[in-house]
Amino acid sequence: MQKSTNLSEYRKSCQEALGDDFLREAMDKFATAYRANRVNAFADMHEKELIAEIAESKDAAIARLPELFEQFRAKAEAAGVKVHLARTAGEANEIIARIARDNGVKKIVKSKSMTAEETLLNHALEDEFEVVETDLGEWIIQLRHEGPSHMVMPAIHLSRHQVRDLFSEVTGQQQESDIQKLVKVARRELRRHYAEADMGISGANFAIAETGSIGLVTNEGNARLVTTLPRVHVALCGLDKLTPSIHDALRVLKALPRNATGQALTSYVTWITGANECATAEGGRKEMHVVFLDNGRSAMAEDPDFAQVLRCVRCGACANVCPVYRLVGGHKMGHIYIGAIGLILTYFFHGRDKARNLVQNCINCGACKEVCAAGIDLPRLIKEIHSRILDEDGHPTYSDLLGKLMKNRKLFHTLLRTAKLGQAPLKDGEGFLRHLPLMFFKEHNYRALPTIAEKPFRDMWKEIEPKLTGTKLRVGLFAGCVQDFVYPEQMAAAVKVMDHGKAHMDFPMEQSCCGLPLQMMGETAHAAEVAAQNVAALDPARYDYIVTLCASCASQLKHSYPRLLADDPAMSLKAKQFADKVIDFSSFVRDVLGIGADDFQNVAVTTKTAYHAPCHLCRGLGVVGTSQELISDSGLDYVKADEEDVCCGFGGTFSMKFPEESKELLNKKLDNVAKTGAKQLLTDCPGCVMQLRGGARRRGDDLQVRHIAEALAERLK
Amino acid sequence: MSSVDTLVTEFTQRAEKVGAVVSMVKSMSEAFAYTVDLCERKDACQLLLSGCGLPLSDAAGEMCEARTQPKVVAAPALAGEEREALAAACEAKGMTLISDGMRKHLAGIDIGFTVAEYGIAETGTIVQNSNSEELRLATMVSENHVAVLPVSRIRATSYDVEREFVNMVDASPSYMAFITGPSRTADIERVLALGVHGPLELHILLLEGE
Ligand code: SF4
Ligand code: SF4
Repeated sequence: MQKSTNLSEYRKSCQEALGDDFLREAMDKFATAYRANRVNAFADMHEKELIAEIAESKDAAIARLPELFEQFRAKAEAAGVKVHLARTAGEANEIIARIARDNGVKKIVKSKSMTAEETLLNHALEDEFEVVETDLGEWIIQLRHEGPSHMVMPAIHLSRHQVRDLFSEVTGQQQESDIQKLVKVARRELRRHYAEADMGISGANFAIAETGSIGLVTNEGNARLVTTLPRVHVALCGLDKLTPSIHDALRVLKALPRNATGQALTSYVTWITGANECATAEGGRKEMHVVFLDNGRSAMAEDPDFAQVLRCVRCGACANVCPVYRLVGGHKMGHIYIGAIGLILTYFFHGRDKARNLVQNCINCGACKEVCAAGIDLPRLIKEIHSRILDEDGHPTYSDLLGKLMKNRKLFHTLLRTAKLGQAPLKDGEGFLRHLPLMFFKEHNYRALPTIAEKPFRDMWKEIEPKLTGTKLRVGLFAGCVQDFVYPEQMAAAVKVMDHGKAHMDFPMEQSCCGLPLQMMGETAHAAEVAAQNVAALDPARYDYIVTLCASCASQLKHSYPRLLADDPAMSLKAKQFADKVIDFSSFVRDVLGIGADDFQNVAVTTKTAYHAPCHLCRGLGVVGTSQELISDSGLDYVKADEEDVCCGFGGTFSMKFPEESKELLNKKLDNVAKTGAKQLLTDCPGCVMQLRGGARRRGDDLQVRHIAEALAERLK
Repeated sequence: MSSVDTLVTEFTQRAEKVGAVVSMVKSMSEAFAYTVDLCERKDACQLLLSGCGLPLSDAAGEMCEARTQPKVVAAPALAGEEREALAAACEAKGMTLISDGMRKHLAGIDIGFTVAEYGIAETGTIVQNSNSEELRLATMVSENHVAVLPVSRIRATSYDVEREFVNMVDASPSYMAFITGPSRTADIERVLALGVHGPLELHILLLEGE
C-alpha cells in the first residue's frame, strides 16, 4: 500500500525494497521463468489474434454495461439470487455486512477476490464477524496484516521460512520450512473453517448476462468449498466483469490462465447459476447474493481514453514482465492493484494522493503492453494519468518551464549551445563530463554523462550533405536533441550508410525535440505544440520516408503525434501522414534500401558484438531482429546477450527521478553483455547509448558502446 | 489415426501434463475394479501427506480425529445396479461406499467417484456437473478423485462443447465445473504443491464405446 506523501519518500521506500535480497532474487527468478512459461503456453495459439478478439468483445460489452446488468439481474433473480448494485466501496461493504447480519452470520470464509481487496472488505467486516481467507496466499497475508504484492500470487514477497514462523504461531506448534508440509498444514487448518462458516464470500471472474451465472477461476479449489459449505454465498464483482455470453467467457479463458501462470487452464473453473442445493440452508437452497461494484467504473466506461482499462481480466501479466516491478515488488509498484494496471486503477479507485508518486515509477518500456491479455495500451495511459494529475494539482514550475523552453526551438537550441561553452572546464577529453553538473545528486553518478558536442549536427549538415547522384527516395532526416547536439557523429555515420543506399536526404533546420521528455513529465499540452512544429518542419508531402536513428523519437513521432494533434483541425491529417512515413534507421536501411551482405567489406571481424534492443524499437515499433541481421551481414561477430530486449534503465526523465532503479537495470544489462564476452555493444537509440556507454565507463568495463549506424558506416565497401 | 484416437491422445497428453492419471477402461465394472484397487493401494490419510500427521492447532487436530477408520469411497451419483456393483466391490475389501451424508466427512474421505459430462482435449479438462451438493463435496474432500469420462464425450476445444454447456449452465439452479488436474497452488515461493484444498490426485478413466 502507498503511504508516501511525496516523491522522495516514495523513492526511499523503493530503495528499501531494492535492498531486500530475498525479494530481489525471488523476483529475478520469477521474471525469467515467467517469460519462458508464457512463450510455451502460447506456442500453438494465435496469440495476437486472440488478444485482439478479447479486446474487441470486451469493448463491445463495456459499451453496454447497464443493459448487461439488467439482463444479468433478470436472469439471476429468476433463479433465486438477490442482485445488488453498490455505487462505492463503502456501500458494497455495507451491503455485505447487512446480508451477514440479516442471516445471523458469525463466521465468514472467503475465496480470493481482488474486488474485495479494492473495497478493503476484510477491514469493514472483521470487527463484527470472524473472517478467514482460504486462498493460501491470501490467508498468509491476512495473518500478516498485509496487502497482496501480486494479483495472482499475493504472497510472492515471502519466503518459506517466514511462512513457517507464521504457521508455527498460528497453530501453536513448531513447523518445518518444507513447502509441501506447510501447504498441507494450511489444508487441514482451513478445512475446519469451511465447516464452521455460515457465509462464503467469493469474487467473480465473469458475470454472464445470458445465463445469470458467475464464473470463478481458481487453482486451489477453495472457491468450490466457499460456495458450497456455508448456507449463504455472496459474490462481489466489479461491473466490468459483466460478460454477454458463455462464449465470451470461454474466449477469455483461453488467454487468462496462459497469461497469468503459463497454464493452459486453471485446475478449476466453477460456474454457478442460481440458488443451488445446500443441506444446511433453510428449504435446502442456498441464500445467494451477487453484489456489483461500480466505484467509478460506469464513468470510466464513458471516457473515450480510459474505457479500455475495464477490459482488464486481472491476469497480472503486466506486473510479471515489468522491469520496475521486478526490482521493487508489488508493495511498491502498486497500492492494492499491482503493476502497470495497478498504477492506473489506483488513480481511479483510490484517488490521486495514492497514485501521484506511483505513476512516475514507470520507465515507459512497453513490456506490459506487449503481453496484456486485453490489449490495453498501458504505458500510454500511465503517462496520461500523470498528465491528468498534474492538470489537477498544478504543474511543477520546473516541468512547466521546461515545456515552455522546448516549445521555443531557437531559445532551446541557443541554451544548448551556451551550455556547451559552460561545460568546457568539466570535459575530460573523451566525450564525458569529469563530474556531475550541479543539478544532479550523487545518486546519479552511476553513469558518466556525455559532453555536448563541439558542433551540432545541424551545423555540419551543409558540409556533409551528399551530392545528388542517381537518387531514388526522398528522405527527411529527424535528428532529435541527443543526436543533434550530443552525438552528431551518429547522424553523420547514418548519412554515409544511407547515401551508399542512394537515398536523397534533406535535413530541415526548423525541427526540434520530439517532445517525448515532455510527455514523460506529463506536459501533454506542451508536447502537442512541439509535435505541430515538427510536422510543419518535415512536411510529409515532401518525403517518401522520415527517418530517425532514435527509437524513442521514432515511436513518439509515429504513435503519439496523431493522437496529440487529433483535435487540431489544421494538423490532424498531416500528423497521420507524417506518422505513416516515419521509419527507424535499421528497418529503412535493410528493408527499404536493401542494404545487405554485398554492401559490406568481405573481411570478417573477430571482435564479438552484442546488441541491445531498445524498448521503443522492439516493442514500440515492433521491429524485431532487423538490426541483428544487419550486424551479422556487415561481417561483425554478433552474439546474443540474455534479455537482449529488456530495458537498459534509461527512460529519460525516469533515470533522473529514480536513479537507484535505473542503475540496477543498467547493471543487469551490462552484466548480461559481459557474460557474452562482447567487446562492442550496438544499439538503435542515442538515449540507450548514453546510458550504456556512461555505465560501462563508470564500471570500467572493456566495452565500446555505439550506435549501429557508426559500426555499419565503417564496414561499408 | 481416427479423429477419436487423435482426441484421446491429445486429451491424455494434456491431462497428464497437469498431473492427472489417465487410463482406458472397457466397462463400468472395470472402472469400479480400478477404484477399489486404487483405494486399497493408497495409504491411509496420515501417510498420504494430506496433513493429518503434521503438527496442527488443537481445533484442526480434533477434526482429523473425527475421521472414520475404514476407508471410504463416495459415489453420490451412482444408482441402481451400478451402485450395487461398486458397493459389493468395496465391501469385499472392507471399505465403505457412501452416497450421501458428505457433510459428516469433511475431514476427508479416500475416494470420490464421478462420471463426467464432457472432456476438452485442448486442455485435458473434464466438465463435471456438480449440481448435487453431495457430489460437489465428494469431489473436493476426497484425497483421490476418480472420474469416468466416456470417450465419445471428448471434444477438441471448449468452443466445441459450448452449445451443450450453455444448456447445462442455463438450467438453473446449476453448478458446473471444469476440472483440469488436481487441486494445486504455487503460493509459497512459487513452488508447486498439489492437493491444497481439493484432491491430491485426479484419475480419469476413459470409457470406451458409448
Ligand atoms: S511500461 Fe514498462 S515500466 Fe512502465 S509499467 Fe509497463 S512494463 Fe512497467
Ligand atoms: S492490464 Fe492486461 S496484463 Fe495487466 S492484469 Fe489486466 S489484462 Fe492482465
